[in-house]
Amino acid sequence: MPAERFLHSLRTAALLLACCAAGAAHAAGEAVPVSDDPVLEARVLALSHNLRCLVCQNESVAESRAPLAVDMRNQVREQLAAGKSEKEVVDFLIARFGDFVVFTPPFKASTVLLWLGPAILLVAALGAFALRLRRRQQEVPVPLGEAERVRARALLEAAPPPEEPYK
Amino acid sequence: MKAKFLVPLVIFLALAGFLAYGLKLNPREVPSPLVGKPAPAFSVAQLQAPEASFSSADMRGQVWLLNVWASWCVSCRQEHPLLVELGRRGVVPVVGLNYKDGRADALDYLVRHGNPYTTIAVDPEGKVGFDYGVYGTPETFLIDREGVIRYKHIGPLTREHFERVLMPMITELSRAG
Repeated sequence: MPAERFLHSLRTAALLLACCAAGAAHAAGEAVPVSDDPVLEARVLALSHNLRCLVCQNESVAESRAPLAVDMRNQVREQLAAGKSEKEVVDFLIARFGDFVVFTPPFKASTVLLWLGPAILLVAALGAFALRLRRRQQEVPVPLGEAERVRARALLEAAPPPEEPYK
Repeated sequence: MKAKFLVPLVIFLALAGFLAYGLKLNPREVPSPLVGKPAPAFSVAQLQAPEASFSSADMRGQVWLLNVWASWCVSCRQEHPLLVELGRRGVVPVVGLNYKDGRADALDYLVRHGNPYTTIAVDPEGKVGFDYGVYGTPETFLIDREGVIRYKHIGPLTREHFERVLMPMITELSRAG
């Protein structure tokens, strides 16, 4: 029995190893040329992390392997190398692909609600809460009427002793 | 005061309404910032005559379609019969932009499926496509006489969509001026 088990785990291990090797080979095949300048490359990467790959929309341009993302990274690299600022590069891309290309939407008339909405909701909720607290403070407790007092006493006296929940 | 208990219900319904609307939106259709702007100018080689060039300025004074396609693009095949028909009927000049494709593959594709294009510009590295914000072939741009992009369609054109949206625009733009 143990021998059989050992064989089984060995086979699993071999399979895993094969998968890893295949993955590594695949990744190696996908290597994209990067520039020799590590500072520039860091800037490219930092900027690409905030750019949406339009082909695979929930991935950033930095992590996507779609051909368009590669093109966009190359554009970013070229333009940064040519001395353009981060903002100029982003504007260049927005002019072609729209605001959707950046993960942080720009602040403008159509996005005011998006940016300020949560803050407005928070302020409104806090305001309502404060109002309610103040109102409660000002409330004068209504004294019990005679009939109510009699009823309350009757209830208290008639109440059976509380049962013990657990024995 | 009595209707106070309805407030959460109303909020819930409003939220549900927004979500239902959001479900119907197609995230693939990103509104192009280029609509209403001058089409990016380009001048590149032609597919069938590599020594000749095609310039977007050549189309000045005409209402035309720029159709971005490639032989490797599967959904391009879906809209191809419609384009062939448009080309045959001569409704509107359709310029093809052969995107990130090989010349031999592209020519082979046209032999196999028919050639609906008045001219085909080649964009092997996707440079022109990049300027047009192309991110998923096929894409079709409607460009007016002054060279302004009036409409962008992403994905394969359907006959229904063409007749309902594009054809009225083409008629309107051709009439004006």
